[in-house]
Amino acid sequence: MSRIRRSRGEQIFNVFNIAFMILLMLACLYPFWYVIMASFSRPTLILGHRGGLLFPLGFSLQAYEAVFANRSIWIGYYNTIIYVVGGTCINIVMTIMGAYYLSRRFAPCKKFVMLLILFTMYFSGGMIPTFLNIRNLGLLDTRWAILLPGAISTFNLIIMRTAFASIDASMEESAMLDGAGHWTIMFRIMLPLAKATVAVLVLYYGVGHWNSWFSAMLYLSNEALKPLQLVLREILIVNSANATQGGGGDADSELLSETIQYATILVATVPILCLYPFLQKYFVKGMMVGALKG
Amino acid sequence: MIILPVLIYYIVFEYLPMYGVVIAFQNFSPRRGIWGSPWVGLQHFESFLSGIYIGRLIRNTLRISLSTLAFGFPAPIILALLMNELRGKAFPRLVQTITYMPHFISMVVLCAMIRDFVQEGGVITEFFTLFGYDGRGMLGKQDLFTPIYVISGIWQGVGWGSIVYLASLTSIDMELYEAARIDGAGRWKQTLHITLPSILPTIIIMFIMRMGNVMSVGHEKVMLLYNEGIYEKADVISTYVYRYGIEQQQYSFSAAVGLFNSVINFVLVIFANALSRKVSETSLW
Repeated sequence: MSRIRRSRGEQIFNVFNIAFMILLMLACLYPFWYVIMASFSRPTLILGHRGGLLFPLGFSLQAYEAVFANRSIWIGYYNTIIYVVGGTCINIVMTIMGAYYLSRRFAPCKKFVMLLILFTMYFSGGMIPTFLNIRNLGLLDTRWAILLPGAISTFNLIIMRTAFASIDASMEESAMLDGAGHWTIMFRIMLPLAKATVAVLVLYYGVGHWNSWFSAMLYLSNEALKPLQLVLREILIVNSANATQGGGGDADSELLSETIQYATILVATVPILCLYPFLQKYFVKGMMVGALKG
Repeated sequence: MIILPVLIYYIVFEYLPMYGVVIAFQNFSPRRGIWGSPWVGLQHFESFLSGIYIGRLIRNTLRISLSTLAFGFPAPIILALLMNELRGKAFPRLVQTITYMPHFISMVVLCAMIRDFVQEGGVITEFFTLFGYDGRGMLGKQDLFTPIYVISGIWQGVGWGSIVYLASLTSIDMELYEAARIDGAGRWKQTLHITLPSILPTIIIMFIMRMGNVMSVGHEKVMLLYNEGIYEKADVISTYVYRYGIEQQQYSFSAAVGLFNSVINFVLVIFANALSRKVSETSLW
């Protein structure tokens, strides 16, 4: 049925549909284009400029020089890498342990544990009790305040459990007969078979840590511990809000600050956007796993 | 015991804060702790419910979240249906790749971009000036906050959100379409009578998951976008909790407001689930 005779109405629809998709793609791309062009522009020109840009106004690398010279951005990058790598490792180990237990058919108190875990998806203590809890535990202003809370996402735990539960039970029974313990079964049998799901969860957790700034704002006041996104918030949101409210600052830095913002956005976003084409298929797979099974 | 660390995590980081909610019924002072602080019953709830901000907080929370639901929820479904109608292989792939991209920028960067584009002289402001807009910064106008919030959310999420629906579209049996074609159904009829009913379960599940969040507008995005001048239309319950709880350290009062909010959320999820079980026999549990 590859050659279907199309009615006139369908042809018109096709044209509009393609036109719409092209517009949509432009709408998705242009903001990035604008930021790139603006970041390479001459600060003096961009300040008075209104509206869109197709090409840089003049050409200058001043903004990038300023960004690369800004130590707090690199400290932020360093911290973010610690949080992404460390946090994701904790996440994955914890999630796998929980999921392994919940996927066993004869685990003790399984129903109760499941209920305990599921309930947290629908109800939580809220921001203030959570904050006080972290403070009582003495975690304020330590890296653990970022790494430990949220060590398990219940949603991801359920996805992992579903993946484990779909593995043929006879595999582990025969392993058990051969004398394998739970750890051996988990690492030697379950994990290799659920590799794809683990990969997806690594990405989910990793991106979550990369994007996170709010808990860092709540729990960290030490500059040396702040993750990149929180540093970005200070540079991009707080400073610019102060600037528009007529805050001080000499003319030169004010001039630069506009283009610095664009350069900062790019320095903080380009690494992720470069990784993205390689990761896309895993993410898509993950979305489907989550939607169809979760 | 493999489960032990997991249990400890849930108890320490999920259930301890839940227990900590009791401070909503106390005049909590950090020095005395939960055990030593005096009980005050429902005083904080009463003062919130009879306060001057509750009206605008609930209005704003509902306006922002219902607009997000009304426009943001159907958008990826429509996009998926339209993408499904595209012929060929390369073009749909290109559309997908590019529309997923905004999903990968972080909330902070997204909001920084929004703030830049809608400020006076920004790209978006200037664009609307062509159509008679007065050219002032858009985030300074309280009535524009919800549209900015919702539209930027669609921009960031529409492509990504369509993946789920595209996935469930691929599982539709092609024979159904052939049968419909033989019966003389055009593409519109096919969409209406085959495609939509086939992805309805997915739509319902996604909808239930969203329903529970109706009363919880993400505080992160609001906090990054709003300013004191537009609190009237932009301040939501969670940002209010943040300002009173963390900035002003009125722990008990803000915990009470937070609890009020979570209870409503909880009821909404239960309600949504019961509703969908009745209507369609699809439910989360």
